Amino acid sequence: MALALSREDLLEAYRRMKTIREFEERVHVEFAKGGIPGFVHLYAGEEASAAGVCMNLNDDDKIASTHRGHGHCIAKGVDVKGMMAEIYGKRTGTCHGKGGSMHIADLDTGMLGANGIVGGGPPLVCGAALAAKFKGKGGVAVAFFGDGASNQGTTFESLNLAAAWKLPAIFVAENNGYAEATGAKFSVACGDVSTRAVGFGMPGITVDGHDFFAVYEAMQTAVQRARRGDGPSLVEVKLDRFFGHFEGDNQSYRAPDEVKNVRANKDCLKRFSERASQQYNISAQELTTIDHEVAKLIDEAVAAAVAAPEPAPEDLLTDVYIKY
Amino acid sequence: MARKISFQQAINEALDQEMARDPTVILMGEDVVGGTGSDGEMDAWGGVLGVTKGLYGKYGNRIMDTPISESAFVGAAIGAATCGMRPVCELMFIDFLGVCFDQIYNQAAKFRYMFGGKARTPVVIRTMIGAGFRAAAQHSQCLYPIFTHIPGLKVVIPSSPYDAKGLLIQAIRDDDPVIFCEHKALYTMEGEVPEESYTIPFGEAKVVREGSDVTIVALARMVNMAQKAAANLAKDGISCEIIDPRTTSPFDEETILESVENTGRLVIVDEATPRCGMAADISAMVAQKGFNFLNAPIEMVTPPHTPVPFAGSLEDLYIPSPARIEAAVRKCAEYA
Repeated sequence: MALALSREDLLEAYRRMKTIREFEERVHVEFAKGGIPGFVHLYAGEEASAAGVCMNLNDDDKIASTHRGHGHCIAKGVDVKGMMAEIYGKRTGTCHGKGGSMHIADLDTGMLGANGIVGGGPPLVCGAALAAKFKGKGGVAVAFFGDGASNQGTTFESLNLAAAWKLPAIFVAENNGYAEATGAKFSVACGDVSTRAVGFGMPGITVDGHDFFAVYEAMQTAVQRARRGDGPSLVEVKLDRFFGHFEGDNQSYRAPDEVKNVRANKDCLKRFSERASQQYNISAQELTTIDHEVAKLIDEAVAAAVAAPEPAPEDLLTDVYIKY
Repeated sequence: MARKISFQQAINEALDQEMARDPTVILMGEDVVGGTGSDGEMDAWGGVLGVTKGLYGKYGNRIMDTPISESAFVGAAIGAATCGMRPVCELMFIDFLGVCFDQIYNQAAKFRYMFGGKARTPVVIRTMIGAGFRAAAQHSQCLYPIFTHIPGLKVVIPSSPYDAKGLLIQAIRDDDPVIFCEHKALYTMEGEVPEESYTIPFGEAKVVREGSDVTIVALARMVNMAQKAAANLAKDGISCEIIDPRTTSPFDEETILESVENTGRLVIVDEATPRCGMAADISAMVAQKGFNFLNAPIEMVTPPHTPVPFAGSLEDLYIPSPARIEAAVRKCAEYA
């Protein structure tokens, strides 16, 4: 299949991936310093998935995310400064400091929310896809979920409902090999999550999640199918996380040099840069320029978040209901 | 005034009128059409008790049968609500909340707050409550206190056809998630209902019967039980004021407190189990805010703290009866 990406698109894809990487590496550092409260689950290493998926989507399309949601937010276009402030629990945050890392949502960009509940997103995506179907403008909805959520009943129910209702939905299983500390080799009894698609009467495919182009192409097929009205697909993206399940996880369940090897040999940004230069004539200089811009953006985001005000005491009681 | 129709017809009419008025109103649930994918006729059931019968013929694919997958379709209703639709989703029995609760209390209820006031989730979950059908422990409960406990949800419990129609139309137009509880023993109850569309605001209790000696607060089917008890008590000169809160979230404290200020005596009748239930909640509220009004200890008439039994003889003992309400009122009235 022809890649539907222009040079500008590729640079944009790189920018999104690089932004996610910088964002997460920086959150890792700032969390260790004690500046960030609560539970934080980092997406670094998995950038090709978020970018490969979301480069196929437009603003009207919806995504639902997971506890490991920063990458999905950035790839879908959520404001990075608002996100950083949210992670710091500040009033200027995307959710005014009332959601935090696990609940960043931005309905204006079609980001229906990170989710603290494993398997919480797929049912919601069925609804987003149903709404798109009623609107009749070719919109689609994407559920990101992990290998852990691939074992949740909500996910199975949603796959079945999406197929029964022939919804324009795409289920993206990001299999990073671990549900918290438990290996997918044990917990995903069928091996590849994508094989489960057969049981729900939809196409399923497993792709290398370290390869932006592989993810992009698989998603392109799935999105086109959904937009045509032919129903849902399951795309399994196999990848590795650079950090632990949460910040503070010593990762002793992983092999001694596992993360080191992943960083050295499976870095999706390195792979992207190589192919972009060899096949699409994108220069190192162009990417470096983006790197600098991204670094500046993240610096500014952290500085602004640190300086931003806490929510006001009266915020405790607001926005429980629209009207009560 | 109006013609008389049943509680069930009132709900059907509310759905019909709102679907006609607003194209974003859609219905989904198990057998709400009844017949999808089967070899016989469509709209064969129109809901397990026929409450949505006839709507498929008028609105076609806006009313959808679902697989028996409560998490998926309740979640889908919620997701569609965040994307501009106004879904009315049927959870056949409230007892089934266990297979979909996460979508309701962790997702729908919290979006508005967690997302900093940016989400709008105008979903209605209609669900059957109540004992009396020999339907046993998993199809007879009154679990609305569980929903009432959750900030972000609104909980509506009508006790008459008139209230059912007005409150359901309000629920559909409301922008927050609403749990709409329909007592299955009330479906055949007839009452005067205007043909035209109307709404009843949430958080406004109804004084069902005026009286001066004892205040009775009751919900759903217990309102009728309380009325029977009050009619008997009136013969003995005991005047009961009956208040139906109609919604447990939001909750009208004022009407109850005003009544208790008048009567000085309070009996709460609730079909939910007693621990952490509405009776306990209302009792605590009045003890705290109306302590000086009280001339007698508050009486609570509830089922025992047991599951709902199957055998008719036991179920009849389980459900608060007019006789038990009468006894509680007498005890309260006689306390000096």
